Amino acid sequence: MALFSLPGIKISGISAAVPVNKESTADYKWISVRERESLIKNIGVETRRVAAKGTTTSDLCVVAAEKLMDELKWDRAEVELLIFVSQSRDYLVPTTACIVQDRLGLPHSCVAMDIGLGCSGYVYGLSVIGSMMQSGAIKKALLMVGDISTLTTCYRDKSTYPLFGDVGTVTALEYDVNAPKMYFNLQTDGSGHKALMIKDGGARNVMSRQSFEIKKVGKGIYRSRLHLELDGIEVFNFTLREVVPNIKKLLANTGESLAAIDFVVFHQANRLINETLRKMLKLEPVKVPYSIKDFGNTSGASVPLTMITALKESLETGQRKLLLSAFGVGLSWGSVIIETNRICIPELLEV
Amino acid sequence: MNIEEFIKHIEAEFDDLKPGVLKADSNFRETFEWNSINALILIAMVKTEYDVTLTADDLIKSKSVKDIYAIIVNRKS
Repeated sequence: MALFSLPGIKISGISAAVPVNKESTADYKWISVRERESLIKNIGVETRRVAAKGTTTSDLCVVAAEKLMDELKWDRAEVELLIFVSQSRDYLVPTTACIVQDRLGLPHSCVAMDIGLGCSGYVYGLSVIGSMMQSGAIKKALLMVGDISTLTTCYRDKSTYPLFGDVGTVTALEYDVNAPKMYFNLQTDGSGHKALMIKDGGARNVMSRQSFEIKKVGKGIYRSRLHLELDGIEVFNFTLREVVPNIKKLLANTGESLAAIDFVVFHQANRLINETLRKMLKLEPVKVPYSIKDFGNTSGASVPLTMITALKESLETGQRKLLLSAFGVGLSWGSVIIETNRICIPELLEV
Repeated sequence: MNIEEFIKHIEAEFDDLKPGVLKADSNFRETFEWNSINALILIAMVKTEYDVTLTADDLIKSKSVKDIYAIIVNRKS
């Protein structure tokens, strides 16, 4: 059972950069005005940020990292671990984290690697980076989580196009013997891997001419095999089945109660899913912040983006106990309880 | 737990549905606009109110409100 705790890791700061280009659901002409209204009301997305062609996730993360390290007054030479969590890397080969190590001027003693997870990426990323810092040999580390999801959605697919937005986030972590423990519960069920998938372009289905053909899949849904496909009901039911038990097991294992948690930050899947989870856990709306209205579903980065855009003042000014819960593509899911103390959060950056 | 209560829960979720219009025998696809978002709303309500999971297959096989209610009753017992 992947229930474990990590002592000695402190979150020092979080920052994010979004593309300046904004798209709004009200202008999404592929569907009727009525459907747009229903999307805004139920799925909760009013606007999303869309990266210009050629802008990569790492471009956004680098901007966010430079700003954060400047504000924290970090010496680049001291950063010895960089993990880049994304499903939209710069190249098929090599690993994006290696390129970013050089762009940021991090030392050659720096460990750099990618993790190819989506929605659950922030919680998983924290667990990997925290585990690697356990020995105390690495004092400072950067966790980058982000995606340019809009690159792989088809305009004529109403089930994905109006949902996803782009962002790159960075979390700065330090080894600190006095830091409170982080408690994790991580899970996987690969039998559901087809629920969120891009079929072609990897080694299983090598890209061919047919990969580009856009076909009708359902009412209002056209896409190619290089576009993301999403089985809404399958993902919805997976979330309602797994997330609450995962959180309850974590709480039971740590002896924590939801009453002692200041904020529960969910992956911004869609408003309907998240509100249902909130009601199942009997949480007050004030404890469950959102960023989906302004930014859409921002994949693995949605948890840190929500912390930045909805909780900035609270996290900057005091000590807070948070439960972060993320779930989706894989299927992969997990939750973590963290305690933060006056962390540095620069204003949201636009690129 | 009865079908009238189930219908009231559905009416509460869908603004466009005037109370009294939806009956046990009503074909839910014809009584109100049926699309994937409304399917999710129904699934969410059934999970929250009855702790029962409706699958895509359940919805495809069901025609009337009564059919869906029967699935809920069956899974509750």
